[in-house]
Amino acid sequence: MLSFTLRRALSALLVLFAISIAVFLIFFATPGVDPAARIAGRSASPATLAHVRAAFGLNRPIFIRYLLMMDHLFIKRDLTSYVNVGLKVVPQVLKAAPITLALVSGAAVIWLTVGIFGGILAAANRGKFIDPLVMFIGIAAVSVPAYWLGEVVNLITQSRLHSSVFSWVPSGGYVSLTQNPFEWALHLLFPWLTLAALYAGIYARVLRAELVNAMNEDYVRTARAKGLSERRILIRHALRCSLISIVSLFGLDFGALIGGAALLTEVVFGLPGVGMLTYTALQNLDLPVIMACVLYGSFFVVLANAVVDVLYAFLDPRVRVA
Amino acid sequence: MPESPILKVSDLKVTFATRQGPLRAVDGLSFEVAPKEVVGIVGESGSGKSVSMYSMLGLVRDANVSITGSVKFNGREILGLTDREMQPIRGGEIGMIFQDPMTALTPVYTVGWQIIEQLRAHTTMTKVQARERAIELLAEVGIPDPRTRVDNYPHEFSGGMRQRVVIAMALSCNPKLLIADEPTTALDVTTQAQILDLMSKLQETYNSSIVIITHDMGVIAEMAHRVVVMYAGRPAEIGNEIDVVRHPRHPYTWGLLGAVPRVESRNDRLATIPGNAVSPLDIPEGCAFADRCAYRMDICTKRPQLQGDHGHLDACWLTDEQRVSIRSKATP
Repeated sequence: MLSFTLRRALSALLVLFAISIAVFLIFFATPGVDPAARIAGRSASPATLAHVRAAFGLNRPIFIRYLLMMDHLFIKRDLTSYVNVGLKVVPQVLKAAPITLALVSGAAVIWLTVGIFGGILAAANRGKFIDPLVMFIGIAAVSVPAYWLGEVVNLITQSRLHSSVFSWVPSGGYVSLTQNPFEWALHLLFPWLTLAALYAGIYARVLRAELVNAMNEDYVRTARAKGLSERRILIRHALRCSLISIVSLFGLDFGALIGGAALLTEVVFGLPGVGMLTYTALQNLDLPVIMACVLYGSFFVVLANAVVDVLYAFLDPRVRVA
Repeated sequence: MPESPILKVSDLKVTFATRQGPLRAVDGLSFEVAPKEVVGIVGESGSGKSVSMYSMLGLVRDANVSITGSVKFNGREILGLTDREMQPIRGGEIGMIFQDPMTALTPVYTVGWQIIEQLRAHTTMTKVQARERAIELLAEVGIPDPRTRVDNYPHEFSGGMRQRVVIAMALSCNPKLLIADEPTTALDVTTQAQILDLMSKLQETYNSSIVIITHDMGVIAEMAHRVVVMYAGRPAEIGNEIDVVRHPRHPYTWGLLGAVPRVESRNDRLATIPGNAVSPLDIPEGCAFADRCAYRMDICTKRPQLQGDHGHLDACWLTDEQRVSIRSKATP
């Protein structure tokens, strides 16, 4: 198990290295485009362009340029934005990351709880009224786009019912956990619910399908012939095997969300996370920030995948040997 | 007078409602199993052997199924009991061995865990006691180095070894009755013989009755004291193993026995029963085997009842004289 974890970590590092090269090539070696002009932003002065060329070594061989870039990003951490002159990029990302992490982790707890519970409820009541009901709620949650749901939630809690039922709802923004845990949770409550709705719907539907399949497996028939209770068969045998696919799904979703896919929710609720940072940078064509966000995002996707693979091996003994 | 039967099945009928109409998987099966007796149920694929056993234990989970008749286990009616009422019987008093050992065990738990789970469901053993018992059981079914193997996962065993694990699990609570659903079908020939040997040996130690389902007459000859030959969900012939194998009475049994290749036989081609097994969707009103039977008569449009003497029953309209003349012509 330990050697598996180490091997997996090593391969994750290799993947990260490969991604950094790919990202570098996209930004600096696309033929026919002057990277200095793109980094410097729209209507930059000749002096700025010259400065960029020197700082990124654009007249030097390509691997030197790669090393210089990594130096700016990870070692000196002095990559600066040319749109908002003087603004250091790396601290920006590091400041935004905990907010995204808080948003996505909280939402993940909610969607896993609701999704798994919903899936079990539907599978256990298969053929009864409750099964299609849960599945209908699930598909409804999947169908509603996060930006629309977020806006509607804002409309109700901030405007229409703000004077009555929802007077306790703060008006957007973020309060850090260390500053005031209660306000932190209060500010994140509706973003959590909004982000979780889609995934809870997907997970409930996927888990139900997995459970229904598992309940037809031979090992479930064996478990029944052993004289176990229906509940134990469902939870200890069918669910335990179905969780394997839920975990791999979760790893991909969680990684992508931390990496910036929660953009819409962050923008709608005014949370200054990585998604919001990417969104602003894209609007201003602020290339150094975009590049840092892409690398940051890919880092979390790779990390989440590595964690999932280790978890996978923990859940499924057949994987460990390979 | 022999002891009262441990299992008494009377007129068991299992019907599935399908779009094409009722599918009669089991159509009036009756037989008894005496204590310590091994009963073999033999028939082609789709003859209702497995379904009859699964329906007895409530393991048929199809919402469209209807099961009628009576199944008395130890004198108690078990057909129609709820899952909760069946729990102590399943695994506790009736153990079950399945056809495919590759898929019969939950892949994510060690074999020890799975045996312990069953022991703890039916006894008051502690975890430590149950683990010791699990190791004993694994040793008993011939798994080498059971103390290490108890912590292995199913995928770390070969097919034959997995079937031994399944047998150990089925026997763990000293069941009075063991139902084996084609326990050797998925195994290679040498392993088959080992598993059959093991089952006969364990049957003597544990004194349990066995119902063994198979389509292999060789397994019947090796294991069974009594035989139920099934065709199209109906019993075609019931009798002691010696009687059925040596003096089969039903033309279907003749066909089954003829289909066992013999070493001394000089025929190049294997014998087969002509035609296909009848579809359970339209079983004829009369004898189900009539369409494939070489000795069909006019009366075969009426359904024959099981009859005979000395416990050797068959459902066929042929008279004793007809059978004698047919058999004397058939065997040179």
